[in-house]
Amino acid sequence: MKKDNIKKRVFNDKLYRTFVSLFSFLSIIPLFLIVYFVLTRGIKYINLKFIFSMPKPMGEIGGGIFNAITGSFIIVGISALISIPIGILVGVFLSEYKEKKYIEIIKIFVDTLQGIPSIVIGIIAYLWIVKPLRHFSALSGSIALSFIMLPLVIKATEEILNLIPIEIKEAAYALGAPYHRIVLKILLPSASVGILTGILIGISRIMGETAPLLFTAFGNQFFNLNIFKPMSTIPYLIYVYATSPYREWHNQAFAASTILIIIVLSINLFGRFVEKKWKM
Amino acid sequence: MKKFLLSLILIGLIFSTFTFYGCKSGEEKTVELLGAGATFPQPLYNKWFDIYYTKTGNKVKVNYQGIGSGGGIQQLMERVVDFGATDAFMSDEELKNAPAEIIHIPAALGAVVVTYNLPDNPKLKFSGELIADIFMGKITKWNDSRIKELNPDINLPDLDITVAHRSDGSGTTYVFSDYLTKVSITWKNEIGTGKSLNWKVGLGGKGNAGVAGIVQQTIGAVGYVELIYAEQNNMPYGLIKNKKGNFIEPNLNSVSKAASITVPKDTRVSIVNTDNPEGYPISSFTWLIVYKEQNYGGRDINRAKALVKLLKWINSEAQDYNEQLLYAKIPDDVKKINEENINNITFSGKPIQ
Amino acid sequence: MRKDRAFKIILLLSGLLIILLLSGIFLSLVFSSIPSIKEFGINFLFSNTWSPVNSKFGALPFLIGTLLTATLSLLISIPFSLSISIFLSEILKNRFISKIFQTFIELIAGIPSVIVGLWGLFILAPVIRNIQTKIGIQPIGVGIFTASIILSIMIIPYSASIGKEVISMVPNEVKEGAISLGATEFETLKVVILPFSFKGVFAGFLLSFGRAFGETMAVTMVIGNANRIPVSIFSPGQTMASLIANEFTEATTKLYTSSLIEIGLILFVVSMLINILGRLIIRRFTF
Repeated sequence: MKKDNIKKRVFNDKLYRTFVSLFSFLSIIPLFLIVYFVLTRGIKYINLKFIFSMPKPMGEIGGGIFNAITGSFIIVGISALISIPIGILVGVFLSEYKEKKYIEIIKIFVDTLQGIPSIVIGIIAYLWIVKPLRHFSALSGSIALSFIMLPLVIKATEEILNLIPIEIKEAAYALGAPYHRIVLKILLPSASVGILTGILIGISRIMGETAPLLFTAFGNQFFNLNIFKPMSTIPYLIYVYATSPYREWHNQAFAASTILIIIVLSINLFGRFVEKKWKM
Repeated sequence: MKKFLLSLILIGLIFSTFTFYGCKSGEEKTVELLGAGATFPQPLYNKWFDIYYTKTGNKVKVNYQGIGSGGGIQQLMERVVDFGATDAFMSDEELKNAPAEIIHIPAALGAVVVTYNLPDNPKLKFSGELIADIFMGKITKWNDSRIKELNPDINLPDLDITVAHRSDGSGTTYVFSDYLTKVSITWKNEIGTGKSLNWKVGLGGKGNAGVAGIVQQTIGAVGYVELIYAEQNNMPYGLIKNKKGNFIEPNLNSVSKAASITVPKDTRVSIVNTDNPEGYPISSFTWLIVYKEQNYGGRDINRAKALVKLLKWINSEAQDYNEQLLYAKIPDDVKKINEENINNITFSGKPIQ
Repeated sequence: MRKDRAFKIILLLSGLLIILLLSGIFLSLVFSSIPSIKEFGINFLFSNTWSPVNSKFGALPFLIGTLLTATLSLLISIPFSLSISIFLSEILKNRFISKIFQTFIELIAGIPSVIVGLWGLFILAPVIRNIQTKIGIQPIGVGIFTASIILSIMIIPYSASIGKEVISMVPNEVKEGAISLGATEFETLKVVILPFSFKGVFAGFLLSFGRAFGETMAVTMVIGNANRIPVSIFSPGQTMASLIANEFTEATTKLYTSSLIEIGLILFVVSMLINILGRLIIRRFTF
């Protein structure tokens, strides 16, 4: 009697392990499926011309995505310039004042900000910037994206600062260092790697964002460096091309996606690599 | 500390370069005009503005975004664009709600065709009522007797009909529904005319391109798009029975015939369900809409001049590019009306030279 | 000393900025929704009609579309995400492979949603069309089902990583206690680990749900954009986020824009509640 029971239990155990392992491996298959299909269909259309020339009129063959590539870098770059200093400051604030009661509330606010659907951020950026200034612009797109990147930088900063042993701060105080020096010259440099990771993950995130740009940066067939005017970006281009009937545009959408995936995943992986290499 | 300062200075330099470039562009000779709206004429506008850029020695960029006629009207009302583009001319009420007087300038003529995805790409014949019933979901299979009736020689498959319509505010939808309202009482009562309709069936696509995309990918799909979208993608489209009972092929000739009517001074006229025996029944003008008074939203005289120059070019030389993309040229009498209206555009009250 | 004071003030101001920012977002949404709230009241949530032609707006089709896709995608993702959490904390002992596996999972979250949408439209939809033809229904390929599959792929990493964290936090003594009593690993899981980590795992699912709730781009490319209540799992439908993406730039009347913004407000409030609830549970759990 007991023997049968054990057999059954051992069998269930093996079954469980098989299922769990199976489902786990099945879960990473989509990653490879997506990357594989996009890369194989896209890579044959990538050449120097594709990267460095401008789009052709609707329906014509040829042309490139140079304006979208530069647009993406500019918009993301400016967004990073906005989010990084503010994000670090708030992160420092949350870490330094963590005993205060109101900090928990502000942390919830940051979490909420992170959870806002990106299309709603687009609405806000339109209401706050585009409509009053009567201008679609790359800058409004950057500001919208910084709402998304900000919580990521804040959290990374706060978390890494919380990990710094309090003895370091106490030692600095004991040596008579002023508070602002302690933060700027001791705490932040020690935290720099964690903060950098947060920044890189944030950048890779907003580089792929489309929704907030639909009513802010708007799009542009021409090459444009002026941040006060509409600007094209890679994800927006992919969206427009993919939903069109033009086979040429479909091919370009896959090619652009290949470029975007490579950029985004590389930054993402680099961020993790940096974090691992310098882990305390 | 030094590294931090250096990087700050570097960032500051980069930022100010872009801002400086941005401000400088205002004084420089390059002008960038922003237009938005209909996807109906977008292939034509894209081509025009690409040519115009070269023609003006890379000095005038006309950035046109196809967000649908509704979008064109809205963004012009918000004064966020220099011109809007729409195939649904603004209603009296819309014009009343606008912050200032708006001028309509017909830029081209096009056809809304019924395109579909069936094996062997047959050439089908439709009547207005048939189209209305298909798009209302009252006819659900391709081998329905009513479709067979009009197409006795064609082997219609036993496939479900998947309707494709616009998910955004569309002038193409307006033109299409305007026609159906005029030829089908059921459509008039149940759906009506508008840029965004309360569709009973079907999938939504964004822009003419979106609808064409759906039809292209789905066997058994049927949708309504501007002629060039079907042509450029080798998609079949049907002949439609017009008011006089003739089955008409949508092309430059039949569209122009539909437009052979007297156009009012403000150019707001619908030409669907034409009386012309050779006219294609779902033809339409497509308009550019601009403010009569160009001194708004911080615009300067140069920008206004650039816009007027563009409009004059569109009304004259640009028309030579229409036909190769299957848009008909605007008739000569409309050109004259346009000239007058364009000459009425002012800056601070004074006409622009 | 003065520099210190100035610095501290800057820090406090930055905290204040966050409060102002979020309040500003909420108030903006509310303020712009007022015309729609005044016109339709609570009926907005229950009305089936979305008709710009007659200026009658009701959000029910989109509420249902969003709830359906989010719930379905969550259900699909649960076995996978739970398996990953258990696999990474209990079964896979090799640290190196574990790290690599984890990286793969997190990379899925890093794929831009427009690219997932592209894949969904060109690779997944035709497969669904084949299935639909085989079972004899209209082969449209896009719809609630396709969107749910896409979403489930995208949200797995969120609940998986949270699940893994909480399951690894189960104290070894408790697990060892069960094993010393003769329990198999499976039984240890059932009796000790899962009950212990249940709240945290649940919070992870909650956050996944919240993510699916607000996703825009991938959904709008494969949901079919049909502003009607879906009748079956294969019907096309529409979600709140996708609706806004399609119609916002061209809402030509104040009421139309206001109704769209009210939908944005609903999105904001629901996401906020889900998020707060989920994170509160996790915070409480980890202390």
